[in-house]
Amino acid sequence: MPSADCLIPLPVRFFKAVISKLKDGLAKTREVVFGGLKNLILGRKLDEQLINDVEVMLLQADVGVAATQKLIDSARADFKSGKLKESKDLLEHLKAGLRELLGGPQTELRTAPEGFKPTVILVTGINGAGKTTSIAKLTHMLKQQGLSVMLGACDTFRAGAVRQLEIWSERLSAEIVKGQQGGDPAAVAFDACKAAIARGVDVLVLDTAGRLHTQDPLMRQLGKIRSVVGKQIEGGPHETLLVLDATTGQNATRQAEEFGKVAGVTGIILAKLDGTAKGGVVVAVRAASSIPVKFVGVGERPEDLQPFDADAFVEAMFSE
Amino acid sequence: MFERLSEGFSSVLRKLSGNANLSESNVREAMTEVRAALLDADVSLEVVDAFCKNVIADAVGREVTKSLKPGEEMIGIVHDRLVQLLGEMPAIPEGASAQEAAQALMADGPGVIAVSPGPAIVMMCGLQGSGKTTTCGKLAAWLKKRGRSVMLVAADLQRPAAVEQLATVAQQVERDLPGGAAVTFYGEPEKSAEYGKAVGVAVGVCQRAVSAARAKGVDTVILDTAGRLHVNDDLMGELQQVKMAVRPHQIFLVTDAMTGQDAVKSAKAFHERLAVDGLILTKFDSDTRGGAALSVKSVTGAPIRFIGVGEKLDALEEFHAARIASRILGMGDVISLVQKAKEQVSEQEAAELEAKMAKGEMTMEDFLKQLRSLRRMGPLKSLLGLLPGIGSALKDVHIDDKQLDRVEGMVNSMTPGERKKPGDMAFSRRKRIAAGSGTKPEEVGGLTRQFATVSEMSRRMASMSAAQKVKAVKELSAQGGPTSMIPGLQGMPGFGAGKGTTATRSIKDRFKKRK
Repeated sequence: MPSADCLIPLPVRFFKAVISKLKDGLAKTREVVFGGLKNLILGRKLDEQLINDVEVMLLQADVGVAATQKLIDSARADFKSGKLKESKDLLEHLKAGLRELLGGPQTELRTAPEGFKPTVILVTGINGAGKTTSIAKLTHMLKQQGLSVMLGACDTFRAGAVRQLEIWSERLSAEIVKGQQGGDPAAVAFDACKAAIARGVDVLVLDTAGRLHTQDPLMRQLGKIRSVVGKQIEGGPHETLLVLDATTGQNATRQAEEFGKVAGVTGIILAKLDGTAKGGVVVAVRAASSIPVKFVGVGERPEDLQPFDADAFVEAMFSE
Repeated sequence: MFERLSEGFSSVLRKLSGNANLSESNVREAMTEVRAALLDADVSLEVVDAFCKNVIADAVGREVTKSLKPGEEMIGIVHDRLVQLLGEMPAIPEGASAQEAAQALMADGPGVIAVSPGPAIVMMCGLQGSGKTTTCGKLAAWLKKRGRSVMLVAADLQRPAAVEQLATVAQQVERDLPGGAAVTFYGEPEKSAEYGKAVGVAVGVCQRAVSAARAKGVDTVILDTAGRLHVNDDLMGELQQVKMAVRPHQIFLVTDAMTGQDAVKSAKAFHERLAVDGLILTKFDSDTRGGAALSVKSVTGAPIRFIGVGEKLDALEEFHAARIASRILGMGDVISLVQKAKEQVSEQEAAELEAKMAKGEMTMEDFLKQLRSLRRMGPLKSLLGLLPGIGSALKDVHIDDKQLDRVEGMVNSMTPGERKKPGDMAFSRRKRIAAGSGTKPEEVGGLTRQFATVSEMSRRMASMSAAQKVKAVKELSAQGGPTSMIPGLQGMPGFGAGKGTTATRSIKDRFKKRK
């Protein structure tokens, strides 16, 4: 049985394959917007109008007023000072700006210290963001790495939620700890921690009920789950992931802020990137907070989850 | 929600105040900020630009009506255009009294079609995670409350356990929610399969469900289809097949109110394939600025029929364009509040209570009853947010609904005699009540003192004009936290209606003056 520390090089191992996969996943997106962006830019002369048009496209990609302004203002200033001469320079300027906004070193999955297991991953988000499906994908990915995974069904609120995770656990052959519908989610988390220790699994993934970040009592409940986990497993939860729906607009920044504050979110999964949504909202989120994006969901199948890589993401945005 | 928009509009007001006229330059300048606010609220860019263009065209060069300041004039124009974007205003007869105008505005919205012979067939569709299944349950509860029987049909055979979820929801509505009609469930769980592997199976399920509903004489059938991406050809085709097979009377598109710029694209795609009859916006109780509402309405032209406003199965409201427009502009939404109150308190009860209050005979028992119906209306903060001018002030205030639990606990621990005349209680009594309710004797004392103030207040208020009442309530709420606010609110049924009509009138009056 491999120990949990082999989680660390996981994104590195995936790195090469990821770029092409991400391109696949973003194919539709690219054609609609960012592909269009590249064509728009490279086909034309660099002038004020071009910069205005780029601004419009960024806004339509949900990049948000603040982040768009930041990118466009610096482009405009560099254009005026003569630093940007051709439209190709503008493209490079934008790429660099986006890379800077999205990058950062903390994209690997956090794990329990070497020699300790299990690593506990707590998954949170608003209703309908795609938590359960993302957990299924994450489980698949971890199992591909040869790690043993246990699931904790802490969504005791939504009807059918436990059953939904249970069906995934059967398909992915991962053990699952369930609670009663309407029961205390923290109690399920407690049981799951105990079971994960007893069974010696590498990773425990906890599903939680969807909650709007404006519902104080439900947000406080997340704090309770965290403290229950922390008391059972030192340093746990080691990773708290916030699932964001890629079609969400600027409210995503509020979600990141609130979940970050109350639930101590350490990473973001950007789900549903396979539609026409541009996912540009992650730029807005990164511009407003320091929480790194760690994975992107690009389809319905268990294998449709990919580690996030800023360079690859930005390249995919602008590639042919 | 909508706070930022409200702030945007307030800044317009400020900018324009002091100017005698709406000039092109001051209007344009004001609209730059409105544009940024709308974009930040996720209204789609094309909608924003068209909106701003219309407002500017309406405003530039318009002579300000004598009685209005330019800022007010501008708000009037923006309000008009917002209402137009969101949907139609209900017809209010010419020369209607304030009471009649309020009645018209409070009338039921377009709701769900009723057909005879039944059943009315309603099909729900939307992206994954938009909230279709929960909304199906809420819609069933809404219909049940109006005496209409419902069959919920699980046509989502893709998402694991979706069938079980709907079955449970149907059971909850049938068991726990008020109304005089049956809510049943139809599902064929054995037909479920992995995503994309059961495409087309839903068609047969829906056909069999409709036959079953017809045989049972069900009033309305609601089809809960699987969430799908608008770019997935196979699955979108399946929806068209369902539509051809069962010919639904109404097709509702369920959209997450937090959706960004993509809302336009997905709504357009669903509308092109299915000709959507109505929109339901979910998660409206979040702090989203709700721009998606404007976008989807504008690209589909279909009316927004309902908004989802909470986790509970009765948290579905009919959508009223004029009210939302007023809310966006920070005018509050007193009508919704009055309507909520009406659903919980009968006219007779309200009249009786008012009479008691006027005589200063209100007891703790009445108070408890009021408190309970108030709590059935929803969380305190969301209720207070509906009041004009209070919404934005509440933004950062933390209102703890638990405080109400404590009040309820204290009253519950009183003897019938104490409830009738709380007055000055001996310490031993306060101690006993505190022990019974898990509070402190000081808190019990605080409650009885507040109660005395409020009953005195309400006795005096009975003889006040509407304007005096508002002033009095403001003073009262300035005195302390939420507990002192509750009694202030509890006279709402009688007192709120008066306030509601005046607020409505003033908006209507402004329109009339300008026209």
